[in-house]
This record gives sequence, structure tokens and C-alpha cells, in this order.
Amino acid sequence: MYRYDEFDHAFVTDRVAQFRDQVARRLSGELAEDAFKPLRLMNGVYLQLHAYMLRVAIPYGTLSSRQMRMLAHVARKYDRGYGHFTTRQNIQFNWPKLSEIPDALAELASVEMHAIQTSGNCIRNVTADHFAGAAADEAADPRPYAEILRQWSSVHPEFSFLPRKFKIAVTGAERDRAAIQVHDIGLHLKKNEQGAIGFAVYVGGGQGRTPMVAKKICDFLPEADLLSYVTAIIRVYNLHGRRDNKYKARIKILVHETGTEELTRQVEAEFAELKNTELKLPDADIQAIAAYFAPPALAPRAEGWASLAGWKKADPEFARWVRQNVQPHRHPDYGMVTISLKPIGGIPGDATDAQMEAVADIAEEYAFDEIRVSHEQNLILPHVALADLEPVYRALVAAGLATANAGLITDIIACPGLDYCALANARSIPVAQEISNRFGSPERQAEIGELKIKISGCINACGHHHVGHIGLLGVEKKGEELYQITLGGSGDENTSIGEIIGRGFEPSKVTDAIEVIVDTYLGLRTDPSETFLAAYRRVGPQPFKEALYGGAAEAA
Amino acid sequence: MAEKVLTANRLTDGISVWLDAAGNWNESLQAAFVARHKEAVEALEATGKQAFADNKVVDVNVVDVEEVDGVLRPLRMRERIRAEGPSIPYAAGYAGLTVIRSAAA
Repeated sequence: MYRYDEFDHAFVTDRVAQFRDQVARRLSGELAEDAFKPLRLMNGVYLQLHAYMLRVAIPYGTLSSRQMRMLAHVARKYDRGYGHFTTRQNIQFNWPKLSEIPDALAELASVEMHAIQTSGNCIRNVTADHFAGAAADEAADPRPYAEILRQWSSVHPEFSFLPRKFKIAVTGAERDRAAIQVHDIGLHLKKNEQGAIGFAVYVGGGQGRTPMVAKKICDFLPEADLLSYVTAIIRVYNLHGRRDNKYKARIKILVHETGTEELTRQVEAEFAELKNTELKLPDADIQAIAAYFAPPALAPRAEGWASLAGWKKADPEFARWVRQNVQPHRHPDYGMVTISLKPIGGIPGDATDAQMEAVADIAEEYAFDEIRVSHEQNLILPHVALADLEPVYRALVAAGLATANAGLITDIIACPGLDYCALANARSIPVAQEISNRFGSPERQAEIGELKIKISGCINACGHHHVGHIGLLGVEKKGEELYQITLGGSGDENTSIGEIIGRGFEPSKVTDAIEVIVDTYLGLRTDPSETFLAAYRRVGPQPFKEALYGGAAEAA
Repeated sequence: MAEKVLTANRLTDGISVWLDAAGNWNESLQAAFVARHKEAVEALEATGKQAFADNKVVDVNVVDVEEVDGVLRPLRMRERIRAEGPSIPYAAGYAGLTVIRSAAA
């Protein structure tokens, strides 16, 4: 893992002191709200419906046990004993007191964590494949490059006041688990025919009220040119992005209005100026950062194969969990474990302080002290020996964290929605809970197979509904909640934006509607290996429209 | 005219509060002073503006409520959730209230 150097420590410590002074001046009345608000946002502090909210950055979703324990401590001491893991691989605390937030930030700084750039019109937390450094299909670990981007973008003077927020994601595998095509910049790390490392660069993807799939503007960017090329893109955006209209200010609109070809020309022109400047990454620097991310020494543990077979035979629940939540590691004696934060009927992404500590303990004992947060709001133990899966599972069961549903219909992404969020129009969490309860039986989930439901409580789409195989968007209509359903979205290497299927559903009817959609799929799939998404792409929306609305489908 | 109350979030901890008849910011909507005519609403607005300027509260708003059997109920769901807390039980020991769901039924 990356460790702060002296500069990082001083930078974060100074920032805490600066914010402590700003909070003190706000509380004394010396600073007015209008002056203070942008300052608190730059430090991850929002005002939500019930209280302030503190969003803490988890760079590329990677955490140590020590850091996870600190998150548990913050949840307990400064909040109400829980936290909410988000689709940007961050964590949010829902109830901190403004007067205590500087103390919380000081404690976080002691374990190399902060809340800088988790809000505001700047470059946000860079996200990455949650299986980085462990996945069998990876060309290279994306995290060193995400860390380079983090260092470069932190308080970047030119890019601290962009037209709008800016999100970058990096993946190192053909199979995209980081949803790079719905990011402002998506980077696909790969090797060319000569074995050199570089990036395919995607620009202008995003969700929100105008969902767009990113355009590929470069097929192979040598790694040394990463910062100069990204600078060129953001410089073009900073210059030409629309500041006149908040809803048209993201780079996706600039790409759309300018045209991909012209925008690429502008980026290339800027890149030509920057290419051989100090932004060129020396190989030694890349290697120095990459060294922090060296994989742990994975000793052969071949005895795990026999043990695993025996455990699976003895305990069908364990076998189900392994089948669903353990993915092959590039080392054959190891696996990548998904810790579901989606208990049946629970709140997607929430974890209590005790659960965070349990995960920290397990990671320390069995998983080389490494934890990831996935953008699907689960936790990951990237390196677990097959020989240790049984004790890991037992410990997760004891903590209420062994739900065997990764990638299944109850593994739902949901934003906080109107239960917490000041921007929301409708609730997300109760909808997720009801769907989870309806489809919660293991047999039914297994029969349905891979199906990603994503729920947003407003058009800002924090719940990624546009790329849900089934997406739900909560709106307010005549003072009541209503849920629009989209079908066929996907956030992987074949990204697509879901299509609105018809008029929306009231809260009391939305789970029934999901059931109709699922039953329709089960009735028309060619065989159980045809996933919901594949079936939808084959047959299109019509069978689902007919099942939901009869002949009377109409736009919501 | 819809009945109105004055609500805000307390500066120091962000907790939702409502202005009561004694001029204090109370954590319960049910303690709120209800304005039933134009002059009373104007007084609420002036009080809110002053409290904001005095750095006691932020995000000050006058919101519509109705009184049913002696219980105040905001007309908008957003305000009902602000008043009652999250509509879901969250984490151990913090049961969410069920008022919203029963009100919506």
C-alpha cells in the first residue's frame, strides 16, 4: 500500500489545522455561511436533511486494517455507530457535529486519511478496479497510476475550480469492473504488442440528468504521457466547459457539443505542447510508486484445495458463499473475497463500527492487511488463501457479513435517497430493502442469476441507475414518490445506458413491477446461462413493456 | 392559507430544528410555533433571517404543515422525513420512525 511521505503528512496535517481555524471562525460568527460553505465542501462536509455529512476519501478504494479501525472509531465517537460506503469507493458519516469534525479529521490524518476533494468542482477521488493487483485477467495494477493521479490532482492550482466536478476511473483489465465509460475520464491500462504499458483513454462519460457513454479518444497512450495527456484534456475542458449552466457544465456536454473529433484535435494540440515538459513521468518515478503496491508474498497453499472441497461438502451454506462471493485469484491457491454489505432487507453499503472492526481483524489475520471498497458498495479481501476461506467465512457469519449474493439481484446499489440527502426527491433505501426481501431466498436468487439493480433517489444518479440492468429512478410527482424503471443499462466493458420502459410506479407497486420484469425474463431466456442483460439485448424492451403495461405502455 | 412553521439546521451540529413559541430552536416539529396568517408568516421569515445572520442556524426555510388531531404534519415528504428522521431503522440502537410509511399509506 501507498504510505505517506513527509510531504503528504505535512500537507494533510496543515489542511486539518487550516480547517480547524475556519470552523472556529465560522462558529464564532467571524465567517458567514456564504464564505464558509465552499470551504467546508472542499473538506468533504455537506449539510444534509438531518445533520452534517462527512465524506472521507478512500483513494482507489484501498484500505489497511488500521485505517478501517479508524473509520470504526470515527463512526463510534463522532457519529451514531455506522458509516455508508459509496459508489466512489468512499465512506460517508451521516451525523457528525460541525464543531467536532476537525477532531475527526485530525484522527483520520493519523492513519493517512483525509476528506480533501471529496466535494467541489475539482478532481475527485480516483477510483479503480476493486480487484486490482489480484485479478487473473489484469494487464497491470491500476493503483500506482491512480496514486500518481491523486498526487498530481491534490490541490492542483489550475484545476481546483473547474466548471464542474471531475471523476477519473482506472482499470487494468479487459473486463471493466470500474465503470470507466461513465466517467469524465476513463483509463484502461493495457499492454501493447511490444509489451509496453499504456492506456486507452475514454472521455466524456457520465450519468446524472444527461447520461453519456464515454468516447475513446486514444487507443494507446504510453504510460510516461499519462499526466501530460490528462492535463491536456482537463485544460481544454477548463477553458471551454460551460460555466453558464450548471446542468451543462460536465465534460460530457462539451464532448457532445464540440464533437469527439474536434475535441480530440484540441486535446492533441494541447498535448503536443505538454508532451515533453516536466509532466512527462520518469520511469523511476513510476517504479517508485509501483513499489508501494507490490503484491504480498503469496506462499503456495495447495493444501487449501482439499480442505475447501471438504468444507463445501460439509456445509452447503459455505459452498454457496464460496460460489457467489469468492472469485479466482491470479495465484491458484488464493481467492478474492467479496464481503457483501447487502444483507437481505438491509441498507446497501452501510456497516456498523463493530462490523468494520471485524473486517479489520479478518483482513489482518487472513488477508495481508488489505481491504478494498468496491463501487458496488461492498468490501473486498483481495488476497485470501483457499486454505483460510472457512475461518474467514465463520468470522464473517459472526459479524453478519456473510450474505452470499455478490452480483445477484439483492446486491443492489442504492444512494442514500430522501432518507438523508438534501437533493433527493424520493427514497432509495426502503425500495432496495423491499426488493431484497422479495427476492431474498437463496434458491430464487440463484435461479435468476446475475442481475444488477441500481437505485437513485434523484436525477443526479448517485445510485448509478442508468447503468443498472434494471435501474430505478425516484422522482416526485404531485408531492408523492414515483419510480421510473430503466432496462438494459450496464457499466462494464460493453457500457450501455438503460432505456425508460414506460410510466413510473408508486412505492407500493414498484417491487411487483420488478417481479413482473424478472418473471418475464425467466420465461423468455434461452437457457439459464443467458443472463438478464443478454436476454434483454436479444429481445429488446417490448416483451417487458407488454408484461408491465399490457398494450397501454406510455412514457412516464 | 396553509399553516406554516419555521425550520432550519443548527449551525454547530447541523441537527434539524423548528422555531417554537418562546423563540427557541426546538428539535421537535411538534413544539413548533404555527403561523396561520400573513403577518405571522412574515414574522417567522424575519426571525429566520435574523437567526441566520446571528449564526445560530443555517438553511432556514418556512414550510407548509397541516394539523391533524393535534399533530403537526408537513405537507411535503422531504419535510416529514426531516421531522421524523430516516424512515428506516439504521444501525443498532437507532430505530427509524414509522410515521412516514403510515402517513403515506
